[in-house]
Amino acid sequence: MNSKIVNEFCITFCTVNGSGSATANNIILNALFKMGIPVSGKNIFPSNIQGLPTWYSIRVNKNGFLGRVELDDIVISMNPDSIESDIANLSENGVLLYNDQIPLPKSDSKLILYPMPIEKLLTDSQISSSLNIYLANMVYVGVLSWLLNIDLSLIAELLTRHFKEKTTALEMNKKVVEISFLWAKKNLEKKDHYFLERMDVNQGYIMSDGNTAAALGSIFGGVQFIAWYPITPATSLLESLNEYLPLLRKDVDTGKNTFISLQAEDELAAIGMVVGAGWSGLRSMTATSGPGLCLMSEYLGLAYLSEVPLVVWDVQRVGPSTGLPTHTSQGDLTFSYFLSHGDTDFVILLPGSVNECFEFGWKALDLAEELQTPIIVLSDLDLGMNEWMTLAFKYPDQPIQRGKILWEEDLKKLLEKQKNDWGRYQDIDGDGVPYRTVPGNLHPRAAYFTRGTGHDEYAHYSETPEVWERIHQRLKMKIQNSINLIPKPILIKQDKAKIGIISYGSNDPAVLETCYLLSKKTNYCDYLRIRALPFTDDIPDFLVYHEKIFVVEANRDGQMAQLLKMNFNGYGSKIISIAHMDGLSLSAEWILKQIMKIEDAK
Amino acid sequence: MVTQNVLKTNRIGLQRSDYLGESSTLCKGCGHNSIANMIITACFEMGLHPEKIVKFSGIGCSSKSPAYFLNRSFGFNGLHGRMPSLASGALFGDTTLKGIGISGDGDTANIGLGQFKHLVRRNMPMVYIVENNGVYGLTKGQFSATAEKGLELKKQGVNIYLPIDISMEALASNATFVARTFAGDPKQLKELLKAALSHNGLAVLDIISPCVTFNNQENSVHSYSWGKGHEDPIHELEFVPARDEITIEDFEKGTIREVTLHDGSIILLKKLGKNYDPTNRNEAMRMMEEAVRDNCLVTGLIYVNSETKNLVDLCNLVDMPLNRYPSAKLRPSKGTLNDLNLKFS
Repeated sequence: MNSKIVNEFCITFCTVNGSGSATANNIILNALFKMGIPVSGKNIFPSNIQGLPTWYSIRVNKNGFLGRVELDDIVISMNPDSIESDIANLSENGVLLYNDQIPLPKSDSKLILYPMPIEKLLTDSQISSSLNIYLANMVYVGVLSWLLNIDLSLIAELLTRHFKEKTTALEMNKKVVEISFLWAKKNLEKKDHYFLERMDVNQGYIMSDGNTAAALGSIFGGVQFIAWYPITPATSLLESLNEYLPLLRKDVDTGKNTFISLQAEDELAAIGMVVGAGWSGLRSMTATSGPGLCLMSEYLGLAYLSEVPLVVWDVQRVGPSTGLPTHTSQGDLTFSYFLSHGDTDFVILLPGSVNECFEFGWKALDLAEELQTPIIVLSDLDLGMNEWMTLAFKYPDQPIQRGKILWEEDLKKLLEKQKNDWGRYQDIDGDGVPYRTVPGNLHPRAAYFTRGTGHDEYAHYSETPEVWERIHQRLKMKIQNSINLIPKPILIKQDKAKIGIISYGSNDPAVLETCYLLSKKTNYCDYLRIRALPFTDDIPDFLVYHEKIFVVEANRDGQMAQLLKMNFNGYGSKIISIAHMDGLSLSAEWILKQIMKIEDAK
Repeated sequence: MVTQNVLKTNRIGLQRSDYLGESSTLCKGCGHNSIANMIITACFEMGLHPEKIVKFSGIGCSSKSPAYFLNRSFGFNGLHGRMPSLASGALFGDTTLKGIGISGDGDTANIGLGQFKHLVRRNMPMVYIVENNGVYGLTKGQFSATAEKGLELKKQGVNIYLPIDISMEALASNATFVARTFAGDPKQLKELLKAALSHNGLAVLDIISPCVTFNNQENSVHSYSWGKGHEDPIHELEFVPARDEITIEDFEKGTIREVTLHDGSIILLKKLGKNYDPTNRNEAMRMMEEAVRDNCLVTGLIYVNSETKNLVDLCNLVDMPLNRYPSAKLRPSKGTLNDLNLKFS
C-alpha cells in the first residue's frame, strides 16, 4: 500500500436516477465542507426522472482545486447497470464500496473492496420497506463515514437541517446511518490509503449553487418583474426566485408584494413580458437555456433596437437543438454575441463562480438600466446546478443604479436645459445613452411611440437612410462604451510567464489548477479570465504581452477564440484554441495535456 | 355630431383634438381608420387622461393604427402575434394605466393565437381589439385564419380551410368580456369601446373591419356590403358612465337589461326581437353557433362577467405604481444577506 493520501481524492456515488441519492450525497458534501476541507460536488445526471444511471462526484482537495478530475479514487456502487464502467473509471488502487447484492464483474485490477450488506442493514433497522429505496443511500453515508472518519454528529446535524420538522424521516435516516456506521466499524478493516483530516481553510466560504446565487443576486439588485418558462438547467434559478421573492421582497409597511412573477406559456411570451416590463420602468429579467434563448432572439433584437433594459440569464446546456439537456457547455457564446438578425451587439456577462453569479445578479440589472439594453448573462449547468464552495455573498457596494430615467420633474428640468428640445433617442450626453421616460409619467411631453421599425431621435417612424445609419452607429457606440461599466477581466500573473491562458466562466477552477500544474513543470503562465463582453482594453494588452495565448473553453469550436481572432485579428497567429465539448466540464488534466502537446512540440 | 364634439371640452377640460394621433397612412376607406376615430371619440367622451392610457400592437396594418390615435399616450409596437406578452409585462409598471391593444386577424388568429388565448386565460385587465378583415394587407392579400372557407380572391384563389372565430376562441378560453362589432356600425362600436374600457379584466373586441383593397367584394363576410346586409345586432347598446344618472323612461319596461361593470358604470341593453342574456356563457356559445349556421353577422356584447378577479388583482401588489417604488426599498438589508450567508455556511 502507498502512503496515506490525505484530503486529496475523488469519491463518486453511482446510483439510479430517482432513487433519492441526492440527499445522501449532499450530506456528505456538506459534512466535508464543515470539516474545513476544500470540496466540490458534481452531479452527472441523465435527462430522465427515474431509472437511468446517475453519478455524483465529490472532490476533496487540500490545495483548494475544485475542478473536475478524470478518474475516481473511491466509487460507491449502487447501480448494477453501471458498475462495470464505474470500476473502469477508478484510479490505480482505487476503492470500491458496493451493494453486496450486485455481482462484481470480473476484473484484474487491484481494487480495494468493501461490500455493503444494504438489505441486511435495512432489515436490522426495522424500517418500513416502502422507504428502503431511499434509505439504502444512508447505508453508504454510514459506511463511508466510518471509512473516512467523518464525525457522525456532523452527519446528524446536516440531516436535521435537511429534514427540518419532518422528525419521523429524520429519525429513520439517522438510525440507518448509525447502524451502518457501527456495522462497518465492527466488520470492516480499513485497507485503503485515503484519509480525511480536518482543516481550517473554509472560513468566509459558503456552499451554494450558481442558480440560487443568481436569483438572490437579482433580488438584491431589486428585480421587480420576472416572467419564466421552465427549462433545464435554468429551472432552479427561476424556482429560487419564486422561493425567495415572497420572503425578501414584501413591502415592509403593507406586507404587499413589490415584485411580479408570471409563468409564461413559452419563452416567446416570457421575453415579451420582460421587454414590456423593462420598457415600463421595472427591473425585469428571465432565465432560460439555449432552446429558450433561440425563441427569445427576435424580441431581444427589438429590445436592442428600441433600447429596453432587461436581463436574460442563459444557463447553458449542450446544443444545438435539444442536445444534451442535463449536461454542461459553453456553447452559446457566439450565438449570444450575434443574437437576433441584422447588426446587433449585446453586453454579455460571464460569471466564473457561484459568488460571481450573485454579484452579476445585481450588476446585470444595473447595467441594463444604465445602458438601456438587454444584458445576457451566460452561466452553465455546472455552475448553475452544482453546489460549490464559494466566498460568502458580498453586499452590493453601490446603490441601485436606474440610469437615465426621467420622471415629471426631471423631464421639466431637462426641457428647460435643452430649450424644449428633447427626444427619446437623442444622445444629449454624447455617450450614446439617451434619456428615457416610462408609462405613468404624466408630463405632456413624456409619451413616445416605441417601435421595432426605423425611427429618428424623436421616436418618429423613419425610413431615411441617414437616420437609420445615425441611430445604428450610436447604438454601436453605446455598447462599445459599456466597457467602462462592465466587469473587468481578472489577471493572475506568474513570474517569468511567457504563455498566456484566456478563459471564462465555470472553467475557472480547472484553469487555476492547470496554471499550478504548468508552473510545476516550469512552464509559467499568466491567466486572464474574461468576465464580460464587449472586450475591454485589457485584452489587447494581454495579447501583445504573451508569445502564445491558449484560449480554454467548453465548446466544440473554440467560440471565445473565434471572437478574439475576429476582434484582434493582428494577433490571430498567437491565439491557440483549446476547446472541447463532450457534456462534461473541463478538467485540469485535459487542459494541461493539450497545452503540453503544443509546448513539447516546440 | 362630429362638429359638436370638436368644439366641446370633456369633463377633464380636454378637446377631442387632444386625443388625436398622426395622420393615418392606411388605405382610404379602411375599416381600421373608423376604429381609430371611434377610439378617439370614446376616450374623449369618457374624459380619460390620454397620459393614463398605453397603446400596444403587434405587426400588420392593424398594428400600425395605434400611431393614428392618442398621441399623448405611450405606445409600443411590438412583434407579430406577440403583443399580448408585451402588454402584460408593460401594464405592471403602473397598474393605474389603461391598456389598449390593437391586433389584426393574422396577428391574433394565425401567428398570435397562443399568446391571445393565454392573455384571455390570465384575464389581464386591458382592451384587446382585433381589427378583423380576413386577409393580410401589408403583404398584399393572403388569407388569414379568419377568412371563410370558399372565399375566392383574385391572386389567392379559393380558401380551402374553415375559419377560426376569434370571439369563440375568446369564449372558449374563459374570456370575461367578448363583443363583436362592425367598423361600419360606429354607434355600436363606440358604446362597446366605452364598456370595454370600463371592464375590470380582459375585454375582447372582435371588430369586422373591411380591407377595401384586398377583401371587400360583396360576397366576402369581411366586406362593408356583407356586413351591412347581414348584421344582426343581439341588442341595442348604451354605455352609461358610473357618474351619470340613468334615464330609462324612453324604453318600455321589460325590454331593458342592465349590466353593471366593476367601476359602477352600466351597459344598457335594449332588447331587439330575441331576449339575449350576455352573462350566460352557454347561451353565448349556442348563439354564436347559430349565427354561423344562419350565415349572419351577430354583433353586440356577447358575454360579460365582471366578477372574476383579473391578473393584477391576483398579484397583491403595493398600491403605489411599481415603477415609482423607491429603489432603495427594493434591496433587502445587509442583515438579511448575513442571515442567508449563515444559512449556506
